[in-house]
Amino acid sequence: MRLEYPANIKVIRAPCTGKIDVIHLLRAIEKGADGAYVVGCMEGECLYNNGNFRAKKRVLQAQKVLDSVGMGGQRVQMYNLSSAEGPKFAAFAREMTEKIRELGPNPMKLAKKGEAA
Amino acid sequence: MIVASPKPMEEIIDTVKDCKKLLILGCNECVTVCEAGGKKEVGVLASALRMYFAKQGRQIQIDERTLERQCDHEYLEEIRDIADTYDAILSLACGVGVQFTAEKYLATVVLPGVNTCFLGATEERGLWTERCQACGACVLAKTGGICPVSRCAKRVLNGPCGGSTNGKCEISKEVDCAWQLIVDRLTALGKMDEYEQIAPLKDWSTDRAGGPRKVVKEDVQS
Amino acid sequence: MSLNTESKLEKILKAGHLAVTSECGPPRGTSLDKIEEKANLIKDCVDAINVTDNQTSVTRMCSLAACIKIKLMGLEPVLQMVTRDRNRIAMQSDILGAAAFGVNNMLCLSGDHQSFGDCATGQNVHDLDSMQLVQTVRHMRDEGKFLGGGDIAGPPKIFVGAAANPFADPFEVRVPRLAKKIAAGAEFIQTQCIYNVEKFEKWLEIARDRGLTEKVFILAGVTPMKSAGMARYMKNRVPGMDVPDEIVKRLSDTPKEKQADEGIKICIETMQRLKEVKGVAGFHVMAIEWEEKVPELVEGAGLYPRPEVD
Repeated sequence: MRLEYPANIKVIRAPCTGKIDVIHLLRAIEKGADGAYVVGCMEGECLYNNGNFRAKKRVLQAQKVLDSVGMGGQRVQMYNLSSAEGPKFAAFAREMTEKIRELGPNPMKLAKKGEAA
Repeated sequence: MIVASPKPMEEIIDTVKDCKKLLILGCNECVTVCEAGGKKEVGVLASALRMYFAKQGRQIQIDERTLERQCDHEYLEEIRDIADTYDAILSLACGVGVQFTAEKYLATVVLPGVNTCFLGATEERGLWTERCQACGACVLAKTGGICPVSRCAKRVLNGPCGGSTNGKCEISKEVDCAWQLIVDRLTALGKMDEYEQIAPLKDWSTDRAGGPRKVVKEDVQS
Repeated sequence: MSLNTESKLEKILKAGHLAVTSECGPPRGTSLDKIEEKANLIKDCVDAINVTDNQTSVTRMCSLAACIKIKLMGLEPVLQMVTRDRNRIAMQSDILGAAAFGVNNMLCLSGDHQSFGDCATGQNVHDLDSMQLVQTVRHMRDEGKFLGGGDIAGPPKIFVGAAANPFADPFEVRVPRLAKKIAAGAEFIQTQCIYNVEKFEKWLEIARDRGLTEKVFILAGVTPMKSAGMARYMKNRVPGMDVPDEIVKRLSDTPKEKQADEGIKICIETMQRLKEVKGVAGFHVMAIEWEEKVPELVEGAGLYPRPEVD
């Protein structure tokens, strides 16, 4: 199956979404990513029982932290799909890209440009 | 252990807003266990503050460091060479660590990043509850191992008061009545006869009431 | 029986009469008129008047000042004192002040938690608990000494009471706790409002079996319900209150305009029934902001006129 999804997305593989921490999401935004999202297994189908539930809570926490410093918590999201759902993966990628376009560029990028100038 | 919780972001921002160079200093002990001020929390707070100030167009250098303990001279010495180079140190340790750091590095502003809450235990991950108020004169031998000073909202020594309902405290249906727990435990231990002994007026001079306290153990002093 | 104090309440109880007490809540302000008005409404049908101490933790005029007013009217006040707001220095000091003005009775309480009141962010004291306050008053009166050991010039002659709530949990310690209060020195007991009469009688029976009713005067607490709504509120919202379903039902089955009368009727029935129970030494009628109904209740229970003692 060769599916197209937006080329602006960089995929980072993790053994389980349960391994992803708040700091990973924050660092992505701090370093200039316009958005970061976690794609986990379907809820209830985690190989390690609750890895994706943990990820969900951490995404929520990262959203809170980002909101508290005025960065827009919505830049960070969580999606769930099963490994057989390639088309869904592509659809999520498009949805996320749309969402982030609406939010506009990461303020960190503007700040860094300012620094350079 | 000492249980703390992070201060709200806006309060932290307000206290550090005039800094140009800030050190966020974590502690590897209690605040790491209660996930308020360990290395991880230092990282999250540092990242969040960097983003905040960058967005404000402010250039602030924010560094991260986590010590083994902030309540020990030995470990605090590790930042001797760098402490003076910061406008402020934002300590994520308990109130003890914040003060000890401040006492050691007089030229640097030391600020608290957490609220120190109580002496408690981890009931489950993400849930800490109070067990002790450090009154300095433990009564647990008489109360079935359950502390009425820290766990009864009125610290009643001859309880339960008239507000105990279905095992819960009058202040909230979420709070266990300490005296219900004590009675249950004394009953299970077959020690209810002890319940009828009146607990005498407590000597609170070993508590906060007596002023700042100290413990001296001469045999180990150098 | 020999008397320990000048208390009219003590005299009435020791003469073997069923005593009747009621209560007045001090105002949220500086005028004593309301106290005078409330006291005048009930003075002929009660032997003593309790004055509450910042009840439900809502700030009011101090109980001691209101007690002095009642005393100056020639009536018999009962000073309620909670351990929530005072340390042992303040409590001993207020006890002396009360005795100086001839306030001869005290009811020792721990007090509702401050989170219920208008200063929820305030500190609480609880240097002593209610039982230790009973001990303190008795120590000051009987030993003539302060807690610190010094002599009191003119010890306070105060008749000492405590509260009992037969309906709080756990039930199995309710009588042992009464025993502790008696051992601490309580001479009279005023109970929580009784709606579950059977449970109260059961509690009293256990107390009687232990000989406790011989050692202390138990005044059964009653409060008339104004409406079915009040009954539901007391049942569901007030900690340590036991309102059986049949009371709620009886009131809600009554047309709204007659519910208050029905509440009075229930209260009188309770008193009439408890009058006959061995171990009941009298009644504490708490008609909350409904003081004008106290005479009707006392008369209805056959407790009027009140006995004379010198």
